[in-house]
Amino acid sequence: MSEPRGPVHVDAEVVATKKVGAYRHLTLAAPGVPERFRAGSFVALSVQDRTVRRSLWVHRVRQVGAYGPTLDVVIEPRGEGTRRLAAMPVGARVPLTGPLGRPFALPKEPVSCLLVGDGYGVAPLFPLAERLRERGSTVSLVVSAPDEAHLLSALEARRSVRAVTVLTADGSVGRRGTVPGTIGELVERSGADVVYAAGATEVVRAVAVAAEQAGAWSQVALEVPTPCGTGLCHGCPLPVLGEDGVARVVRACTEGPVVRGDRVRWAEL
Amino acid sequence: MVASGCGGTGRELAPYVDLEGLDLVTRSITLDPRAGGASPRVVEVPGGIVNAVGLPNPGLEHFLAIELPWLVRAGVRVHVSIAGATLGEYADLARRLSRAPGVAGLEVNVGAPDEVGAGLFEVREAYHAASVVAAVRREFPTDRPVLAKLRPDVSRVVESARSCHEAGASAVTVGNAVPAAMPDGRPGGLSGPAVAPVALRCVAAVTAALPEVPVVACGGVRDLATARMFLDAGAVSVQVGTALLHDPTTLSRLRVQLTPAQEGP
Ligand SMILES: Cc1cc2nc3c(=O)[nH]c(=O)nc-3n(C[C@H](O)[C@H](O)[C@H](O)COP(=O)(O)O)c2cc1C
Repeated sequence: MSEPRGPVHVDAEVVATKKVGAYRHLTLAAPGVPERFRAGSFVALSVQDRTVRRSLWVHRVRQVGAYGPTLDVVIEPRGEGTRRLAAMPVGARVPLTGPLGRPFALPKEPVSCLLVGDGYGVAPLFPLAERLRERGSTVSLVVSAPDEAHLLSALEARRSVRAVTVLTADGSVGRRGTVPGTIGELVERSGADVVYAAGATEVVRAVAVAAEQAGAWSQVALEVPTPCGTGLCHGCPLPVLGEDGVARVVRACTEGPVVRGDRVRWAEL
Repeated sequence: MVASGCGGTGRELAPYVDLEGLDLVTRSITLDPRAGGASPRVVEVPGGIVNAVGLPNPGLEHFLAIELPWLVRAGVRVHVSIAGATLGEYADLARRLSRAPGVAGLEVNVGAPDEVGAGLFEVREAYHAASVVAAVRREFPTDRPVLAKLRPDVSRVVESARSCHEAGASAVTVGNAVPAAMPDGRPGGLSGPAVAPVALRCVAAVTAALPEVPVVACGGVRDLATARMFLDAGAVSVQVGTALLHDPTTLSRLRVQLTPAQEGP
């Protein structure tokens, strides 16, 4: 039988919830979603009486466990919607659609990879690191954040990565610095063939530019607001340059969120 | 029916609703490709959203070559929404779509919340809308429906419906996003649960004044109760838009809950 494909819309159940620094980690039982998940895809959650959906990266999936297949998301409560999602207790149910979007492309041959993420944007890089490692690639990870509270723990990634660099803007943990300020040097030093990035636009942009300068191939997961997440509303414009060299505006949720870094028209974003 | 602009290219609905026999109004198609508006395109407000998406679409040629054949193969009943800057453009769109295999009907977008800003033919008076319908009807075979999609403006909707029907519209779609503004002042359209009472007022006005004109209701439909409200007011069918953005399975639920007679266009 072929693998199940395409997103599903289910009533997910919160099976665990944990506050870590500025974030809330939720474990959700969402039948069908973990089985279909590929690194870089995301899920859209509903907030009651709110029309727009909240898109979240998938941090981890477990195929087996006490609750069956589950997935973890990392929420930074920033607005009313994310605050309410973060406050959901164990046992709460939430409509969830996923996995959505185009995932990270994986190299066919084992290569040397550098993964760079900022804030909760590091989340999708963990399952990516595992997949790359399984396929024989060597993985280095850069985890960045403004401060310790916004730093996603890289402890669990240690199994799949060769080296972890921790960057905080205030210097509270690891090296003091930001991705835009250090990425040139990091890419150079890693000698990576492929660079993956996820997080805020200015962060992934800096990574894409550095990769191109170093002659590396890059894949970036962009965080553009996605009102529906499913491709229905055309509300998440992403300006790109097509394979044919023609400038287009595509949907970040459907033709993205992962795209080749050298295809994004950054100035228009 | 899927309301215009709320079903992606149609393909993206496939995981959530059986496409076979589904009535889908495409996002408005223009002769030339349109990139759409600047970001942000959608903001959330209590009871719905305001959108300034700006009619992004790949243009008629790409639609005919790529999107339409896929939808037809999937069994979708495709109603193509068309938008133009001039009567000539509307006529051109209608003529070329009349020759395309598998087009079930047209919906003429003469009620956009900001047609001037979007560069479309300006519809101020009922006769403007009717002139568009007449131009389209001349080019499109009479055995296939042409819907005229009207602005939910209760002071004008009856007159617009009458004029469009006389000009050859098979039915009128009553309701569209309600003219509104984005927080930064750009023109946009309000849609979702908040606009249902506005659309209902307009639907009721048209069905009461013009019982001979079939009305397709559009605005804020999200469940059986809201759909019934419009059907009870005399609408022959309902369209679902914004609700799909919130829950893409809305339509598959409604199709089961409503009898087949109430579901078609
Ligand atoms: C994101 C979005 C895009 C839309 N695009 C179109 C369009 O291309 N043409 C059109 O006639 N109406 C368009 N509409 C209006 C809807 O078809 C519908 O008439 C309106 O949203 C009210 O119905 P609702 O409350 O069910 O969404 C759009 C609405 C939204 C929210």
